[in-house]
Amino acid sequence: MAEIRNYTMNFGPQHPAAHGVLRLVLELDGETITRADPHIGLLHRATEKLAESKPFNQSIGYMDRLDYVSMMCNEHAYVRAIEKLLGIEAPERAQYIRVMFDEITRILNHLMWLGAHGLDIGAMTVFLYCFREREPLMDCYEAVSGTRMHATYYRPGGVYRDLPERMPQYEVSPWKDQKTVDELNANRQGSMLDFIEDFTDRFPARVDEYETLLTDNRIWKQRTVGIGVVSPERALQLGMSGPMLRGSGIPWDLRRKQPYAVYDQLDFDIPVGKTGDSYDRYLVRVEEMRQSNRIVRQCIRWLRDNPGPVMTTNHKVIAPSRVEMKEDMEALIHHFKLFTEGYSVPEGEAYAAVEAPKGEFGIYLISDGANKPYRVKIRAPGFAHLSALNEMAQGHMLADVVALIGTQDIVFGEVDR
Amino acid sequence: MTSSLAATLEARFASKLESCSEAFGETTIEIRARHLPEVARLLRNSEDFQFDQLVDLCGVDYLAYGVDEWATEEATASGFSRGVEVQEEDHVRWTKPRFGIVYHLLSHNLNHRLRMKVYVKESNPMLDSVTDIWASADWYEREAFDLFGILFEGHPDLRRILTDYGFVGHPFRKDFPLIGNVEIRYDAKAGRCVYEPVSIEPRTLVPKVIRKDQRYDNDEAS
Repeated sequence: MAEIRNYTMNFGPQHPAAHGVLRLVLELDGETITRADPHIGLLHRATEKLAESKPFNQSIGYMDRLDYVSMMCNEHAYVRAIEKLLGIEAPERAQYIRVMFDEITRILNHLMWLGAHGLDIGAMTVFLYCFREREPLMDCYEAVSGTRMHATYYRPGGVYRDLPERMPQYEVSPWKDQKTVDELNANRQGSMLDFIEDFTDRFPARVDEYETLLTDNRIWKQRTVGIGVVSPERALQLGMSGPMLRGSGIPWDLRRKQPYAVYDQLDFDIPVGKTGDSYDRYLVRVEEMRQSNRIVRQCIRWLRDNPGPVMTTNHKVIAPSRVEMKEDMEALIHHFKLFTEGYSVPEGEAYAAVEAPKGEFGIYLISDGANKPYRVKIRAPGFAHLSALNEMAQGHMLADVVALIGTQDIVFGEVDR
Repeated sequence: MTSSLAATLEARFASKLESCSEAFGETTIEIRARHLPEVARLLRNSEDFQFDQLVDLCGVDYLAYGVDEWATEEATASGFSRGVEVQEEDHVRWTKPRFGIVYHLLSHNLNHRLRMKVYVKESNPMLDSVTDIWASADWYEREAFDLFGILFEGHPDLRRILTDYGFVGHPFRKDFPLIGNVEIRYDAKAGRCVYEPVSIEPRTLVPKVIRKDQRYDNDEAS
């Protein structure tokens, strides 16, 4: 009789399908997984400890680097926690801008997820298609904040600046002649809102393209249907949120259940799955892209009609304008204090959560009355999801681990923090 | 809704609650470590609470709470210097035990949240695990153990999670320096990576100051 024994296999930490630096120790019975033990922390940067050592505003940029494919949503949770403690509120226009960029971020994240997930389980084309659509959205990030990824655009009390009136243009270069440049600049002639609106006109048809490629694709279904089934009870027990929870059939979305910013004034639907497998979570996320598109369009309409301030005028928190600072003594003092030691936040603790593309992203902030946070705890959705990987992977084949990591939408920036 | 939650909590647990407060629309309760399993189980199972999800669990080290690095009430002869030294004897504002463990609970049916805090002493940082009540506590408790050295009794697999294999110390404690204790480099002669004491000086760019602000005085009463 042949000797049968279990294999222990190492996966990662450098593996193209690990979505970053994940080391998985897999115990295999033949090709079936009996235990999956994720070793995380390879990207641990102690963001929370770093935040304790610097004034509140200096950590906004760190939030971008947590979940580095849904940057502005992370900022939103952080600035909301500070605003809660300070007792200030952003002007309505800033709230709409935040919601619009949150939804742009959601589309960006889901496109990245769809492309990478497809690539992992054998659909190369989707990846290229998704990145085509990410490009104009990245341009919006750049136009509004100066960077394509790590925006640092939200501030306690509003957003850094209003939307630009003009989009940056392509220029003629040895690689792009006049004709190409004219084509590329065709939809960049108006304001940024025109540019985004042009994108939202095109986008639903593009989502149809992805669905044509995947939704009824035989191979796609073989790789996702019935893979990683999570029952609603287990999803709650395991701390899941976002599409992972909705895929299991629980209609829970913070934008609807505990509305923040201006989500209560917008019209959108919450897609919910039925079976809780990877395919349902795929359908949920694809529908979320369509709904985000709807929200962005509503925001564009509102922002067109309602000009106004995008930042609070409370100069204890927000620096006064350059002109004011040069002419007014008190403004100069405010400027000096804000740039040397920052603002002090009253003693207390607050938890602020947003519905980030991956799930509930929360910031628990404790202040002891100083100009630096006493403790920042980042509640990252991916951390809870990855901790459920062991349970989800048991009984599946080795090749399905890649599909599971994909369906969980893991990004190590936020898991390791 | 939240205020009724606070009332129900006080009615149900009464003597077991150390305190029950509300701020920014969030309810916070503090309980003793020995009541934790019982209270946690009730919070999950009782019809009035139905906290079916543990959203977050984290440790907090209160060692330096309310300790600033630069006097703001009076002038000093030396003024502001970058090499800030924390004055240990200033540590008077925190009277509770050093470590706090904070649970954030969420009920999907009743749509409410609760923050539950437990304190443990530095000499014996140990409390019961809640992994059998909420499965998501598993990794969160490992994280609190790793970063703060808090021990969870009954946890199935209390290993380090975020720090390196073989890491010494608990990095999120306030007495652990931001730059760490050891640095690593590749030693060509030895043909392996070696750990050495850090060669850089800790530096404070902006000192921690606590400013008293009259505008918030009324809020502090709550």
